[in-house]
Amino acid sequence: MTGKVVTITSGKGGVGKTTATANLGVALAANGLKVVCVDSDIGLRNLDVVMGLENRIVYDLVDVVEGRCRLRQAMIRDKRLPELYLIPAAQTRDKTAVTSDDMVRLCDELRTMCDWILIDSPAGIERGFQNALAPADIILVMINPEVSSVRDADRIIGLIEAAEKGPAKLVINRIKPDMVKHGDMLATEDILELLAIDLIGIIPEDNNVIISTNRGVPVALEEKDLAGQAFRNIARRLQGEEVPFMSLESPDGFFDRLSRFIRPGGA
Amino acid sequence: MDIQIKGIREGLLITLEEGTWPEVQTALLKHLDDQAEFLHSGNRKETPRLALDVGNQELKAAELGDLRDEISERGLTLWAVISISATTEQTAQMLGLATRIHNPRAERLAQATETALPGGMEVAADAVYVQRTLRSGFKLQHPGHVVVVGDVNPGAEIIAGGDVVVWGRLKGMVHAGAQGDENAIVCALDLSPTQLRIADQISIPPQRRGKPHPEMARIQDGQVLAEPWEG
Repeated sequence: MTGKVVTITSGKGGVGKTTATANLGVALAANGLKVVCVDSDIGLRNLDVVMGLENRIVYDLVDVVEGRCRLRQAMIRDKRLPELYLIPAAQTRDKTAVTSDDMVRLCDELRTMCDWILIDSPAGIERGFQNALAPADIILVMINPEVSSVRDADRIIGLIEAAEKGPAKLVINRIKPDMVKHGDMLATEDILELLAIDLIGIIPEDNNVIISTNRGVPVALEEKDLAGQAFRNIARRLQGEEVPFMSLESPDGFFDRLSRFIRPGGA
Repeated sequence: MDIQIKGIREGLLITLEEGTWPEVQTALLKHLDDQAEFLHSGNRKETPRLALDVGNQELKAAELGDLRDEISERGLTLWAVISISATTEQTAQMLGLATRIHNPRAERLAQATETALPGGMEVAADAVYVQRTLRSGFKLQHPGHVVVVGDVNPGAEIIAGGDVVVWGRLKGMVHAGAQGDENAIVCALDLSPTQLRIADQISIPPQRRGKPHPEMARIQDGQVLAEPWEG
């Protein structure tokens, strides 16, 4: 087995890297693939919480790197999907506890036993990001459709190019369909023109994501959820399938039209 | 490992032996440390300038940038990298380093051509040519002219001693004539920099309305003015 290493990164914090890592892990594992999610945000770990596995942690990434346990011992099996694993970050250490070489070695070992290795990168461009970038085969750059996020992504893509890694693929998260419709949101075309990398996913703003994140049940498990569908589509695209981007414009229902008629301002 | 140092008109030329880069770099830096006394013996006011002939080493931006930092930490300036590898040459140019020596320096050239050539003609001997998009956080600094084929994204910076020509969208910060040349110009297919500086004039271009068109900015009557760029 030679697994692929996908690093999920953004530069800016809070755009949804951890949520995306958990959901892509779930979506790939639901397709019958063996997946391990690695939280490389040492000192500020979150992925375990989002995946609902916090209370099962015994060993973490730093324990593996420093030889206190075997790799298998640090791999926590998911509650729902037997082929999904998590390697949590250490909470009591910082980014200097791991080097880029450690990450490359760790991922080389994981490659022999998994189909996909997803690395949740910390925000920023320092050591933690460099560590997450070092072993990557594919890099997903996450952005929100806002200027500051796009600017940071541009910087990140520059660093990825300088390190001669890649390909980098773009994921636009938290798009609000109604704002896009009114032209109040940064247009996807403008973002793509500036960043000049391939788009691999568009995820709509979805309150269920917040609810599911807090509950530790990734939204990709919900069959009908729109954001969950978007994550499942990205997973399929990673596997090499051609999946058309879903239309975010909900068809105008009677009640939509009625409510707009009643409130013409669209408040 | 054999390292040769010889004096040239522009400073010192160091020729490196072949080998793996980490070894070569370590050897070079050790050599510089060993020879520190000799290197600084010129007793001139400016820091000693080094040109490096790296042969066929393929160097990435990170490696070359790292080397430049190491060298400047030793009180020396790396100004040129000569290589037969096209990759290394491009990397060096990206970092604003010269890739050829025995060119007249930019300032001298400008003075010489002012009298020698008919108006409007200039030999762009000390220019860097960059064929890629400059992304946020990238800083291109060069004492001569700068030509970019690609976009200059917001957050990127170009600082040139001479002119700046961008065949693409210029949205970052640009400073032409950074050493005080008020005749320097800035041209771009879409001239929308976050800030445009020529010599010591700083201007903030107005928000563009409508379709972008090629423009050229220069100093006129003490002000930076942009006008349509026509052949």
